[in-house]
Amino acid sequence: MDQPPPTFELPEKFRIEKIVTRRWNTPEAWKLGVYEADGGYQGLKKAVTIPQPDLIDLVKKSNLRGRGGAGFPTGLKWSFIPKDNPKPRYLAINADESEPGTFKDRYICDLDPHLLIEGAAIAAYAIGAHVAYIYIRGEFKRPAERIQAALAEAYAAGHLGQKLGGSDYALDLHLVRGAGAYICGEETALLESLEGKRGWPRLKPPFPAVVGLFGAPTVVNNVETVANLPAIVLRGPEWFAKLGTEKSGGTRLLCVSGHVQKPGVVEIHMQTTLRQLVNEVCGGPLPGRKIKAVIPGGSSAPVLDDSELDVACEFEALKNAGTMAGSGGVIVMDDSTCMVRSLWRISKFYAEESCGQCTPCREGTPWLEALLFKIESGRAVDRDLQTLLDVAKAICPFPPMGLGNTICALGDAAALPVHSFVKHFRGEFERHVREQRCPFPHPWGEVTAKLPRLPRSPRADEARV
Amino acid sequence: METTQTEAPAPTLTSAQIQRFDSEMAVVLSHYPADRKQAAMLPALRLMQDMLGYLTPDSLRRVATTLEVSPEKTAEVATFYTQFRLSPVGTHYIEVCTNLSCSLRGAEQLVEQIQARLGIGLGESTPDGKFSLREVECLASCGTAPCLQVNEEFYETLTPQSLDQLLAKLGSQPGASAR
Repeated sequence: MDQPPPTFELPEKFRIEKIVTRRWNTPEAWKLGVYEADGGYQGLKKAVTIPQPDLIDLVKKSNLRGRGGAGFPTGLKWSFIPKDNPKPRYLAINADESEPGTFKDRYICDLDPHLLIEGAAIAAYAIGAHVAYIYIRGEFKRPAERIQAALAEAYAAGHLGQKLGGSDYALDLHLVRGAGAYICGEETALLESLEGKRGWPRLKPPFPAVVGLFGAPTVVNNVETVANLPAIVLRGPEWFAKLGTEKSGGTRLLCVSGHVQKPGVVEIHMQTTLRQLVNEVCGGPLPGRKIKAVIPGGSSAPVLDDSELDVACEFEALKNAGTMAGSGGVIVMDDSTCMVRSLWRISKFYAEESCGQCTPCREGTPWLEALLFKIESGRAVDRDLQTLLDVAKAICPFPPMGLGNTICALGDAAALPVHSFVKHFRGEFERHVREQRCPFPHPWGEVTAKLPRLPRSPRADEARV
Repeated sequence: METTQTEAPAPTLTSAQIQRFDSEMAVVLSHYPADRKQAAMLPALRLMQDMLGYLTPDSLRRVATTLEVSPEKTAEVATFYTQFRLSPVGTHYIEVCTNLSCSLRGAEQLVEQIQARLGIGLGESTPDGKFSLREVECLASCGTAPCLQVNEEFYETLTPQSLDQLLAKLGSQPGASAR
């Protein structure tokens, strides 16, 4: 079956020069010839002529920030690699995109794999790594095949291997497929998985820049992050910095899903507000509906209600609004949606994906899911709502952000939605408890009401959905 | 590993399969430092599963020998990742995303429709071994929700009609989407 296109033409007002998505509508852009004809691998050729410390400075000046979730300045991250450590250095590209609501890296890998490879090669050269790995989530079969084919082309053309970009620098770049584990998107879990183990996050410090893959200094960069590097090198850090905001250079990919007319991946200016994004860029709510809530940065990000949407889709602005830019997964819910049901599904995800290593998360996430299921199914008692908040607080108090009681941020990610959903929509939770039922005729919103409800199979009633 | 031994005895590896495994693993192992053979664990398990359909006790032992780790280590890793299977599944392995973005677009209805058509629940297989059904977490197809995978191939922006077409196609052409 043909896959539907991931993006669409933006209204004129929002159209900008595309950096990362520019070839998404080009036929067969995943082939080397097409990529080279569009200036491909020129960034790498230029990068390898720049001394490494200067290249790191250049990226610092560009204000490029990590696009995987934390928004950490990329050049600064690179500069943490110790200069006097005799061990080899490694680069790992995080293509384990699994944050619910996020679907940009999948398309970069699938539609423009050479851009990923060129960006990864520039990053590897900058930090002095001679071996690098792209860790892609196991479910991305075709994107992995495309990257594998592109790697073969890049080696054959001499872009990779002994003479990186025509220089005397050697780089081997390998593709590794994961096998189904959200936690492996956490950088230290990713490194454990690359070492052939369970994806159990490591205690930090030491950070990967000091003790990373195989105990050696390692940088982990997101796919979209490195996809910006060829353009930064070719056109200069000033150009890139100017495209963005004061503290954050470049454009941003946002993945819009849920109750909007035109869902998809859009490359936008970071000053675009969430309201503009939903109403103007993505065609607004479905007919006859109003926007009720928006999760701005993947399911881990605290939810905002309709009154809070005049905020720029930018790291600092979203942080000041009490949420986060995260991975760019914007999930839109209209006024026919049940917030308890939505939060229950989010909590079910974290309960499913908790790696089981540390207690607050392993024990707490199933409790969140169970309490929310109880509330949604109309069997909750008054104290359950407080218990829900207590459990969330035991995993990670909020606000402020960043005080989690767990080894990694999955615990925070499970707790933050609970805090924020209840804070914004407490009345709805209380109504579920009071009325002993879900008051919404279609908990997932009116759009799903148009779909037929079929008779269930005898076994289906045992499923919890 | 007890669970894999309750039904018919799992097949052992054929010499052709062992040969293929050894030659492909030689390439994979060259990607890692010589003293870090365990790093090839995920590729090794995936290769075995691709050949056999699931990870048999025999295949896990072979992986352990090749990577010079204890059999417990392979079991430890194989049981952690949701894509690795320790028992056989149907020819068409249907994995439906029911996470938030897909549910907002009707994933629950998709699951119900599949269950009604196939007469099986989540986590079950049809008696003829043709179909297995599983619920999965976000597949990064939220803009084209709802979605599912059949043997890791994406099917997106599904409607009740296109889902029925898909099921009919899979039913009328057995093995069409098998790898």
